[in-house]
Amino acid sequence: MGDLSRRSFLKLTAATGATAAAPLTLNATAAEKVKTKAHIVIAGAGAAGLGVANRLANQLDGAKITIIDGKKKHFYQPGYTLVATGIKGSSYPTSGTSRYMPEGVDWIQEAVAEFDPVGNKIVTASGKAVNYDFLVVTTGMKLDYAAIEGMDVNRIGQNGLGSHYHSPDAAAKTWSAMSRFSEEGGQGIFLRPATEMKCAGAPLKFTFLTEHNLRRNGTRSKANLLYAAHSQSLFSVPIVHEKVRMLYEDRGIDTVYSHVLRKIDLDRKIATFDTPTGGSEIDYDFINVIPPMRAPDAVRNSPLAWRTGPFAADGWTEVDKYNLQHKVFPNVWCVGDIAGVPKGKTAASVKWQVPVAIDHLIAAIQDRTATSQYNGYTSCPLLTQYGRAMLVEFDYKNNLVPSFPGVIAPLEELWVTWVMKTMALKPTYISMVRGLA
Amino acid sequence: MNELDFYTLYVVFYEMMGMLFWILIALVIFGIGGFILALTREGGLQSRRLILSEILGLLGGFMALFIMAKVTISGFSDAGGPVDWLLVGLIWGGGLVGVTILSYAIMGMLNILNDSQRQKA
Ligand SMILES: Cc1cc2nc3c(=O)[nH]c(=O)nc-3n(C[C@H](O)[C@H](O)[C@H](O)COP(=O)(O)OP(=O)(O)OC[C@H]3O[C@@H](n4cnc5c(N)ncnc54)[C@H](O)[C@@H]3O)c2cc1C
Repeated sequence: MGDLSRRSFLKLTAATGATAAAPLTLNATAAEKVKTKAHIVIAGAGAAGLGVANRLANQLDGAKITIIDGKKKHFYQPGYTLVATGIKGSSYPTSGTSRYMPEGVDWIQEAVAEFDPVGNKIVTASGKAVNYDFLVVTTGMKLDYAAIEGMDVNRIGQNGLGSHYHSPDAAAKTWSAMSRFSEEGGQGIFLRPATEMKCAGAPLKFTFLTEHNLRRNGTRSKANLLYAAHSQSLFSVPIVHEKVRMLYEDRGIDTVYSHVLRKIDLDRKIATFDTPTGGSEIDYDFINVIPPMRAPDAVRNSPLAWRTGPFAADGWTEVDKYNLQHKVFPNVWCVGDIAGVPKGKTAASVKWQVPVAIDHLIAAIQDRTATSQYNGYTSCPLLTQYGRAMLVEFDYKNNLVPSFPGVIAPLEELWVTWVMKTMALKPTYISMVRGLA
Repeated sequence: MNELDFYTLYVVFYEMMGMLFWILIALVIFGIGGFILALTREGGLQSRRLILSEILGLLGGFMALFIMAKVTISGFSDAGGPVDWLLVGLIWGGGLVGVTILSYAIMGMLNILNDSQRQKA
């Protein structure tokens, strides 16, 4: 049976043999399962991939589900910022992927080397071809440190070099470099890349906490802090930019705009930025390097990537921004950081995206149309000092969409938000990865 | 957050506390059950015991705030707005009410046990 006709056949059996799609409720076990013989392949077993696998395993009966990822460790990445600021220990973000792997799912422990959506197959790093009826791409992104001339990730933690995005270990080393700086003072440089990035709030949070750490140590007067923004704003949502701009002014954090890190001299401690008026060299005593972020090569070089528009250069996937279905290959969904959509590169967005993508995928299995939509929800508890944070939640339209309107004010520095970030977010994340929340 | 219902809350709290979640639930059930049992067996509130429980309850309120501060590596001195003071109040109130009821229940149960032993003797 050809691939297309096999899919049509699957739709037919699903439509006749089964049931209404599981509604978008948590308690999927309570809903009747959808019978299908479809083979669904999930590429990437991070936050989104595992969430998708768990929900599919829960909602489908008879499907063959294969997940492909060579990484055996699972990282709760929002925890990196807490490690890099000394709030949590270095083991806090790390657990094992197998802990969250649903029963009955076939896990191929390799990377995907090639996507062939025309032939409905992927090829793994060892050359194994895997055919599918439906594909969910959840590979996250690649940190492109090589794009910064002179950067060496092996030297994170030494000579004033921090980079808390790299890994839990690098986050811990960033904390040791930052605390040394907080005792000695000097020039601190903070920045973000010009590409799309995950959790655009994290570089800002790290800057806020460094500033507060200096105050706690009584060394604030010995330090200059400079935040180098890549564009004309500190955050893509105008109202959030304004709030952060005011707070930075209040905390004495200097800001320069349209500065993109091109080169770093780790021995002489000089960072070179591209600016509209040419290169600008700035000395530092401490720097937190956040590298450019792009789609992993296998995705970027595949027909899944955007060919035109703002997401083409870095290879983000060409999906409908409201249901995450691929625009050219309708049996493919892309969820999480890899999706070429204007917002949403956070774990909080994954929590919203997964149920929508699954609703549409199951509808496709059943040959019906789903109506649920992802509105661009992105959230980022912006830590502004030790003990306080601002809840920042917004959508595609740059509207604030507070979860607790009238109770927890957005853009207000509150203890309750800090309590949520330090206590509740990891359990919520883990529950999402398990497909339960 | 998109799906906030009791199931989600349960899942998240269980993930946060593990077995401690069920120990707390057991304590709540034991506390309320014991309190009601003591009330019905003794035909009303024992004012002396209530006062003692309330004093323990006050300490319980402060203990709750202390534990919260430890767990979140912060404290109520970080409160920055009305909702924070509400949270401080809720945590303190939770500790107060919980410890008051629990200690009243424990003392009530001990009293009932003593009575029944005395009757047997
Ligand atoms: C420092 C930092 C702070 C953050 N702070 C927050 C925050 O406060 N709040 C928030 O909501 N989010 C935050 N995030 C973002 C959040 O962690 C990500 O948005 C989320 O993990 C995205 O999930 P994902 O599944 O798309 O990607 P990931 O969780 O990164 O998973 C991708 C998976 O795909 C695998 N993979 C990659 N390439 C291939 C391939 N070729 N074949 C097979 N598998 C592949 C990887 O091994 C990985 O397991 C933060 C991230 C960082 C780094």
